[in-house]
Amino acid sequence: MLRAALALLGLPLAGAGAAEEPTQEPESRGEPPPGLALFRWQWHEVEAPYLVALWILVASLAKIVFHLSRKVTSLVPESCLLILLGLVLGGIVLAVAKKAEYQLEPGTFFLFLLPPIVLDSGYFMPSRLFFDNLGAILTYAVVGTLWNAFTTGAALWGLQQAGLVAPRVQAGLLDFLLFGSLISAVDPVAVLAVFEEVHVNETLFIIVFGESLLNDAVTVVLYKVCNSFVEMGSANVQATDYLKGVASLFVVSLGGAAVGLVFAFLLALTTRFTKRVRIIEPLLVFLLAYAAYLTAEMASLSAILAVTMCGLGCKKYVEANISHKSRTAVKYTMKTLASCAETVIFMLLGISAVDSSKWAWDSGLVLGTLFFILFFRALGVVLQTWMLNQFRLVPLDKIDQVVMSYGGLRGAVAFALVILLDKTKVPAKDYFVATTIVVVFFTVIVQGLTIKPLVKWLKVKRSEHHKPTLNQELHEHTFDHILAAVEDVVGHHGYHYWRDRWEQFDKKYLSQLLMRRSAYRIRDQIWDVYYRLNIRDAISFVDQGGHVLSSTGLTLPSMPSRNSVAETSVTNLLRESGSGACLDLQVIDTVRSGRDREDAVMHHLLCGGLYKPRRRYKASCSRHFISEDAQERQDKEIFQQNMKRRLESFKSTKHNICFTKNKPRTRKAGRKKDGVANAEATNGKPPRDLGFQDTAAVILTVESEEEDESDSSETEKEDDEGIIFVARATSEVLQEGKFSGSLEICPSPRIIPPSPTCAEKELPWKSGQGDLAVYVSSETTKIVPVDMQTGWNQSMSSLESLASPPCTQAPTLTRLPPHPLGTEESQAPLELSSDPRPSFAFPPSLAKAGRSRSESSADISQQQELQPLMGHKGHTHLSPGTANSHWCIQFNRGGRL
Amino acid sequence: MGSRGSHAALIPDVDSIRRETGFSQASLLRLYHRFRALDRNKKGYLSRMDLQQIGALAVNPLGDRIIDSFFPDGSQRLDFSGFVRVLAHFRPIDDDTGVRDPKQPEPLNSRMNKLRFAFQLYDLDQDGKISRHEMLQVLRLMVGVQVTEEQLESITDRTVQEADEDGDGAVSFLEFTKSLEKMDIEQKMSIRILK
Repeated sequence: MLRAALALLGLPLAGAGAAEEPTQEPESRGEPPPGLALFRWQWHEVEAPYLVALWILVASLAKIVFHLSRKVTSLVPESCLLILLGLVLGGIVLAVAKKAEYQLEPGTFFLFLLPPIVLDSGYFMPSRLFFDNLGAILTYAVVGTLWNAFTTGAALWGLQQAGLVAPRVQAGLLDFLLFGSLISAVDPVAVLAVFEEVHVNETLFIIVFGESLLNDAVTVVLYKVCNSFVEMGSANVQATDYLKGVASLFVVSLGGAAVGLVFAFLLALTTRFTKRVRIIEPLLVFLLAYAAYLTAEMASLSAILAVTMCGLGCKKYVEANISHKSRTAVKYTMKTLASCAETVIFMLLGISAVDSSKWAWDSGLVLGTLFFILFFRALGVVLQTWMLNQFRLVPLDKIDQVVMSYGGLRGAVAFALVILLDKTKVPAKDYFVATTIVVVFFTVIVQGLTIKPLVKWLKVKRSEHHKPTLNQELHEHTFDHILAAVEDVVGHHGYHYWRDRWEQFDKKYLSQLLMRRSAYRIRDQIWDVYYRLNIRDAISFVDQGGHVLSSTGLTLPSMPSRNSVAETSVTNLLRESGSGACLDLQVIDTVRSGRDREDAVMHHLLCGGLYKPRRRYKASCSRHFISEDAQERQDKEIFQQNMKRRLESFKSTKHNICFTKNKPRTRKAGRKKDGVANAEATNGKPPRDLGFQDTAAVILTVESEEEDESDSSETEKEDDEGIIFVARATSEVLQEGKFSGSLEICPSPRIIPPSPTCAEKELPWKSGQGDLAVYVSSETTKIVPVDMQTGWNQSMSSLESLASPPCTQAPTLTRLPPHPLGTEESQAPLELSSDPRPSFAFPPSLAKAGRSRSESSADISQQQELQPLMGHKGHTHLSPGTANSHWCIQFNRGGRL
Repeated sequence: MGSRGSHAALIPDVDSIRRETGFSQASLLRLYHRFRALDRNKKGYLSRMDLQQIGALAVNPLGDRIIDSFFPDGSQRLDFSGFVRVLAHFRPIDDDTGVRDPKQPEPLNSRMNKLRFAFQLYDLDQDGKISRHEMLQVLRLMVGVQVTEEQLESITDRTVQEADEDGDGAVSFLEFTKSLEKMDIEQKMSIRILK
């Protein structure tokens, strides 16, 4: 990743160097040292790269400063701030050096700054959305841009004929058309910068943004054609030249797209064979995409189109081929480069504007241009939309049109193009430069500032971000197939027909050719969603234990229907999933029936990607491979951090819970710390088990003061065996599957003998894997927050049960198991010998609450952890409000051995 | 067939069909042409064979099910009104739906009916629920060969559980619609040319 970044960053140095050479020259001319010098000042040698790095640094620091204040960034788009910053910096440079130094050089811009932005937008373009709206995008990009260019150019010429433009602006119709062609194009950089913060709905965004990307071809052609016409002189232009101009539109656009697709193909094909050299995968992506850009530029085709198509075309295959880490690397590098380039562009735009030697002002021209680009943009959008709406399934309404017209931002592309004009051929260049600067500043600053309030005021449909669900994904595919089938039946070869055809072609040939065999699976979208959902669950599980509970709670409601298979499945589970390491994060929830066995296996597969179950000591410091250990250590670290945090929060919750009794509190805390030390010292087990012990401690504290003394020893013991405790919890749960219908009551906490528990003996994956403790113990995070509430109930019940035998309050709803499990009974006598088992309440109504909960953010979950403490009523039924507590494993002290 | 089919009047029951489906005259005419073209032996109705011979439909994973939906209740003949009635589900929703609803039954192209059409593709035994087994079958068709059976089953489980709200291990129509609440069905289940 670093290499890729360097490769791309390194390249600009050569080009940028020339531009920035003349600065600070006096310093660098130190007198040559006569002999061996201890210290040599070699500014000149590093000047160019140093300055580039400094600029980027300044821009990045500015970004940080902007984002220190939420208020500012929420009101003012970053692009505006950067332009203003550029103005200030340019002013300072001007004041110090007495001449404007830095410029947005067209060469630098087109060769180095623009490609990363375009690649980023092409690669991360939502392709389905893009192709769904391709018709509209193409119309706006081609027809709209042509319309804008010609009308603006012609109107300006008319303005000049009417005498409203000062006669010192020496320009003919062709010059104005040239100017119109460069000022007409909506700029992808500006649009992206502004629209990304506005969050309009996807369709609107993709249309405006797609237009800004695709109109590059038209802009390039128009600009080149007009430019050569101007150079030839209008008298020498033949009719064939016009025809050539039209033809070149097709050549440039289709050629650019073709170049992009060829490179996309190459890229996909190359990544297919990188299995053993994963480390260069990200580099390949950047290199080939950049090669596409340069190739298109070289052949004077549309380079933007080439990179867009390259990114769009290769993504699916590349993502499937490269490793997970490479994917992350590509994503981040791309985003970093793009944002870096964008920042520099806007800043340099601001700086360039300061250089007054380059521009000349004419109010008539400036105001006329401003008015015309706004007016003709709006008019063009309305006309085209009217036309498009005749064919569109979902018409674009008036509000969409307003936003589309208003979102036609001009930017750095126009500026770079106008700088490129040849002053000898275009005498009015200075006026055009000034006008372009004003237009760019006006659109980026004024329109950028006002578009957000406008969108709010017009109540434009915003994009609603919702997480994909399996159902949606599946049904969407179904709908696609249905529509394709209906088009077949109707005999109309429309969009769905061709998409269906393409997908079949892709499946049959392209994917076979371009994808690794092992990557097919990832390619399937339904599978992909499933995979991502699971990964998300796993990650959020690690992040917030109690929180995930609710999301896995999804599995709960379906439980009762599977009672019948539960018996065999438990044994199956013990036998089969035990064969591998069971660090199934959801083992408690999912492993309940025969069918869920696969689920568990699946989880192992998936979780394998997250946490490596086996220790691999690979003493490798290879540059070409990232060692596994680093990854593992990282995982552990994450765990430890999480646990520490949790510990903190539990301490505070604990304080809450025993606010009535302050006496035991302090002592408990102290002792617990001892326990931690013990656990770490004796077992070498990480301190994460603490979460669980914490609950135990809580329970104790709340119970009664007399018991406190006697309990302390027991707690100590538990401290030693925290993990095992958890393992038991897991295995108990496995067996509890069949009681799922039952509500409530849960007894039977036992003290676990110090060493290998039954669970460890019976469940192969519980033993012999030191590492595993970490993962298994992470279950505590899940249980603990729940137990805060449980602890409360439990202390109540155990107070009662002190007097009476355990489990006197048999729940009314408890269903007894059909018959005991023979095998289990013998295998795990300890667990099953005690009469009433822990059971849990899964009110069906929780499913929904759980789902919504799962989508809530991290800080909410913090609250949720505290929630059970308050307002929980007895242990009868759990209301959806306490959804995260629906996993109650209650430990009745009366049942202790 | 130019002269024969050029008038809408030749279509049997054209008025009642129009009222029921909401198709425009031109669309009906086009569909009638298509109907006649599909009807190979000019027998006046379509059989399963006729539809199965549409090439692209054979490779569509849901092709068989969609063909089945043209033949409700196990009938073997599909007349024109039945043909149009099924296709009417995919007519884009009119803008002025609110005006005419009260007295008439829900139009065939309403959101509910679009969803119901999709639902019955899943619900093979037509008991009003997509059971786990039915879901598995659909997923098997959709996901393809790359995913193993076990993985498929776990996807199925998750899918069912995700939508299942009352805990019966199956997805009822209500739950089905709920799981698609956020989706723009009106757009995703419409074909523009079927106006």
